[in-house]
Amino acid sequence: MYRTVSRLLRIGVPRASCNSLVRTFTVSQARCASTSEVDKPNFPGSKSKFVSQPFLLDPDDMEGIPVYRAMNRDGVFVDESQDPKFDDNTILKMYKDMTLLNTMDRVLYDSQRQGRISFYMTNYGEEGTHIGSAAALDPKDLVFGQYREVGVLMWRGFPLIQFIHQCYGNCKDLGKGRQMPVHYGTKDFHFVTISSSLATQMPQASGAAYAYKRKKNGLCVICYFGEGAASEGDAHAAFNFAAVLDCPVIFFCRNNGYAISTPTKEQYRGDGIAARAAGYGIPCIRVDGNDVFAVYNATKRARELCISQSRPVVIEAMTYRIGHHSTSDDSSAYRSVDEVNYRDRSDNPITRFRNYMTNRGVWDEDKEKQWKLESRKMVMKAFAEAENEKKGQPESFFEDVYKKMPPHIEKQMNEMKQHVKQYKEHYPLEHFQPMS
Amino acid sequence: MATLCKTISSATRQASKLNQFSRLLSTTQRCNVQMAVRDALNSAIDEEIERDEKVFLLGEEVAQYDGAYKVTKGLWKKWGDKRVLDTPITEMGFAGIAVGAAMAGLRPICEFMTFNFSMQAIDQVINSAAKTYYMSAGQVPVPIVFRGPNGAAAGVAAQHSQCFASWYSQCPGLIVASPFSSEDCRGLLKSAVRNENPVVLLENELMYGTAFDVSEEALSKDFLIPFGKAKIERTGSHITLVAHSKAVGLCLEAANELIGQGVECEVINLRSLRPLDDQTIIESVMKTNHLVAVEGGWHHCGIGAEVVALIMESQAFNYLDAPVLRVTGADVPMPYAKTLEDLALPQVKNVLTAVKKSLNIS
Repeated sequence: MYRTVSRLLRIGVPRASCNSLVRTFTVSQARCASTSEVDKPNFPGSKSKFVSQPFLLDPDDMEGIPVYRAMNRDGVFVDESQDPKFDDNTILKMYKDMTLLNTMDRVLYDSQRQGRISFYMTNYGEEGTHIGSAAALDPKDLVFGQYREVGVLMWRGFPLIQFIHQCYGNCKDLGKGRQMPVHYGTKDFHFVTISSSLATQMPQASGAAYAYKRKKNGLCVICYFGEGAASEGDAHAAFNFAAVLDCPVIFFCRNNGYAISTPTKEQYRGDGIAARAAGYGIPCIRVDGNDVFAVYNATKRARELCISQSRPVVIEAMTYRIGHHSTSDDSSAYRSVDEVNYRDRSDNPITRFRNYMTNRGVWDEDKEKQWKLESRKMVMKAFAEAENEKKGQPESFFEDVYKKMPPHIEKQMNEMKQHVKQYKEHYPLEHFQPMS
Repeated sequence: MATLCKTISSATRQASKLNQFSRLLSTTQRCNVQMAVRDALNSAIDEEIERDEKVFLLGEEVAQYDGAYKVTKGLWKKWGDKRVLDTPITEMGFAGIAVGAAMAGLRPICEFMTFNFSMQAIDQVINSAAKTYYMSAGQVPVPIVFRGPNGAAAGVAAQHSQCFASWYSQCPGLIVASPFSSEDCRGLLKSAVRNENPVVLLENELMYGTAFDVSEEALSKDFLIPFGKAKIERTGSHITLVAHSKAVGLCLEAANELIGQGVECEVINLRSLRPLDDQTIIESVMKTNHLVAVEGGWHHCGIGAEVVALIMESQAFNYLDAPVLRVTGADVPMPYAKTLEDLALPQVKNVLTAVKKSLNIS
């Protein structure tokens, strides 16, 4: 009886009403010739109540989880209380990072088409998800990305030229030319090296968050993934573990409508990725991914929950992949160019943010023209410099197989060096840093 | 029930046979202390957890259940939830968790109930654990240990009896070890936990109950066996037998039987599969001029195949008086019936046949 009263009090029923309600309740129960204690299901697997008619929960009858949007397409806050009140510098940095990324993407995509680099993936249309989320994190929060989160690194201050060094795999590449383009990784910026296998970063993020929880360092982990990658078994394991082990990890899903050519309606039947969270016991927020402020607010809220309660949170950012999946893809094969252009024109995160900036009075046509030229110059300068760098020392590819080079690999390395020295006229050594 | 009892009693008979040999033929210091393999593993894990607060163990049934094969008995009771974790049933999941924890600075010991189930997680082991240090150009180390029983057990048939020695040994970036004795288990597991690279430790379920002499040195908390160093369990001058894990016991048994015929076998316990101790094998073959490689796994692309190749590529080739022979498991998925299972695995008589063929004696 006391439990029922306290439950009613908690949902705001005044005490006098509680007592009379409970009395009525007990009386009606008595009429059913059983007491509430005996009739409660006592299964180890679930906490619920009995029903006397079969209870079929059909998700088709349920409304989808709503999308949180703070700023509309015209750059105006729908609800003023949602304005995070950034200062001018932050606003400008956000815009410049998004547009610089966009410019770099265009240059590097073209460079692949020209045969200068072998492969590239653009971030068109998703810049808002990167900048909004990155700005809400602590710079030391560990990031596990998938491959379309370059803006996160840009926000954190990863030098522009370093992106291009990696794409060229030259001697300045932090990855020492080991990986395909866009597989960035940098310890200094707390960004785990991108791995090609889809969704493998998800349970790793849960594990890293578990490690952070044990270290009590006040940080969290954020794991980015696409709605397609969420179909992998690794995703299921990651969610389940993070929930069971109370790991402080934000699972950030970029739902951009396509997984290469597979549209979302062929990827899943349910209400996206956000709807799965409850199944694991994880709280979730669905957000307009093209609204930088909404993404920022949602990530901030998620981070607070993560850190204060040591619980995972799922954020599903709804957006649209404006570019092709990669340079190996031509999306006109499976979606109309009109559809893409429509999306680009009507709901682009950069355009929306620019509208806000114009309304606020910190941006105008002249500034836009000037920045376009300036940013392009920055990219082209970095590009020219990176392109002219030599490749690393040839023998460097024998390193890092193990922490300390074992004798059999050292032997192979010396054999290679010997061979190349002997037949040096047959090898393009002028493109490489000299061998030791 | 009758079959189960027969299985257990024959396993015990096998174990006691090995017992006798381990006492007679082991080259470790004479000592009164006997330790079962499972206790060797248990004590090693216990001591490493005590030594370094970053070390923790996770796997299915490792905590309150004391481990599916009781290897982790008492550890959860002693160290609690923070150091010994039960995981939901998803190998790809908990292997991924463990890899991520290692990337973030912890030192996990990830138990696979058997290595057969590791196939479900093999992408995390190979593409993440093994290759990440290389792919990240040294920025992301993965100091993790994957351990569990490997190879045939008794009466558990095709999907529970495969040997994964070749599979894991193939991949650069991994260290792969396969202990035989209790001493091997203690030293290799401790080295594995302290190593900065990902290590795969292939144990053997049938050996868990076998007791071996353990030297005082091996009982010390800092007893480490280096990777890439094999152990000569028994010296001989007529023929070299090389094996890993349970097959080492088979070789010792065969060696004992051959004494009567005046044949002295040199038995090499590989201990490490990657890196492989080429030098010890080569030097032995240069001495005995005959080599038989014995393993429980299949012959195609097996450990024996690697041993043969390394001999061919070395100066030991010039010292061979006969081709290198291999004794391996039959090229079939493991059958269930006891009679068939016995025939599918190498027996002492198979080793004897190979030795006699190599030495051209009857």
